[in-house]
Amino acid sequence: MSSKPRIVITGLGLTAPNGNSLGEFRANLLAGKARIAVIDVRHMGPQPAGVCDFDATKWQKRKEIRNGTRVGSISIFCAREALGDSGLDWDKVDKSRVGVYLGITEHGNVETENEIHNISQFGNDTKYWTHHHNPRTVANNPAGEVTMNMGITGPHYTIGAACAAGNAGLIQAAQMLQLGEVDVAFAGGVSESIHTFGIFAGFKNQGALGAHEDPTKASRPFDKHRNGIVISEGGAIYVLERLDDALARGARIIAEIAGWCINSDATDAVLPNPERQTECVRMALRRAGMKPQDIHIVSTHATATALGDVQECTALRTVFADCPDTRINNTKSFIGHCMGAAGALELAGNLPSFHDHWVHPTINIEELDPECALPGLVINQPVKVGRVDAILNNSFGMLGINSALIVKKYGVA
Amino acid sequence: MTKDDIKQVVLDIIADIAPDEDLTAVKPEVRLRDQLSLDSMDFLDIVMELRKKHGIEVPEADYVQLASLDSCAEYLHPKFEAKGK
Repeated sequence: MSSKPRIVITGLGLTAPNGNSLGEFRANLLAGKARIAVIDVRHMGPQPAGVCDFDATKWQKRKEIRNGTRVGSISIFCAREALGDSGLDWDKVDKSRVGVYLGITEHGNVETENEIHNISQFGNDTKYWTHHHNPRTVANNPAGEVTMNMGITGPHYTIGAACAAGNAGLIQAAQMLQLGEVDVAFAGGVSESIHTFGIFAGFKNQGALGAHEDPTKASRPFDKHRNGIVISEGGAIYVLERLDDALARGARIIAEIAGWCINSDATDAVLPNPERQTECVRMALRRAGMKPQDIHIVSTHATATALGDVQECTALRTVFADCPDTRINNTKSFIGHCMGAAGALELAGNLPSFHDHWVHPTINIEELDPECALPGLVINQPVKVGRVDAILNNSFGMLGINSALIVKKYGVA
Repeated sequence: MTKDDIKQVVLDIIADIAPDEDLTAVKPEVRLRDQLSLDSMDFLDIVMELRKKHGIEVPEADYVQLASLDSCAEYLHPKFEAKGK
């Protein structure tokens, strides 16, 4: 990628179940504070879930909130916060040269279920079906809501990539910047999935829905007694620019996108494939011009399913066999699985490590699964390390989509 | 239900669908669009809420009758009466 423009992160906005800013999110990750609620899921009753409590009215009128979608509000909040963080002089930015690229696991389930429930109250007569249904459920909805709220007239769309979507949004944006399609990109991942019972019921009937009497312990990747996924909502949107543009405006550079790979298992709809995951990580390293030893933090995808965690550990054990300085952590143990937002949020939580040199742990491990015992796994307590120059962010999803994204500290060769 | 009651019904619906609007000084004789930030989707919301909450049907050809509070009251009054309200 050396012949192509270098891409940097210059802004970030997020909402996670345990924080509505990077500072709050990071502080809770280092303090070991999970935040998982119990919500009443339609047709299913109480379930653990990660719920965000950002103030949607900060950036939206109440009518916008009413007519739009939950994920639209999440996206607008994150994008607006990212803009503020970037220091861009918005009035002087050519809005036709701004792109919005948001990763989603799914979209439209929430709104469709709500309408099915709504007309069930009227004898299933479709004349009671809302005329807001189509603009709410088109797949570009969250990105489109951002453009309307912010007056962005460049390209916008979502990238459907199952639970690899957060990385996929960032990768798409980096590619579009390298191609010169846009000058500024808002990119990342978003999810409203806690508001659809279908996701809960699907995982439940797959034997993959996490549970624990203490909801904050329900998500426990790598623990021997893990029993599945805790579904969460959230979002993380970054401002990306070409390095030259960022330097020209004197931007604060948070990190540089160093390399990436997206590949496909082509084997099973739900079971991961460690060989393809290994290939994905190695290709990302090759494109970044790095060796495994150059990676100081691996942010794992592990979702606390019985097989998925082991498969990822198998892949990581293969790639990072001789890497004593590589630390491995997991963020879903704090916030659950934020689905389309997962990869983008998990990367965000690790970015401050470039400067504070702390690595947050994976928590909720009472008994480590021997099959998940990796030498660099940071368990239950954060660790201080000598340096953090590069982070590998793994995100994998159903239908065998794998993504690996490497970001590095700006200024490191 | 009096015509003033019907105006209040419509105002209550607008309060739900356009919660940012100040409805304290809406002039009944002036077109709603000329004094409030309402678009075509909002008028469809008014039609839907009349259907859901009051069982009142407004055919598309009659949407123009919902232009102002006064015209709403004139048009909807016989419909409410027919419903025994």
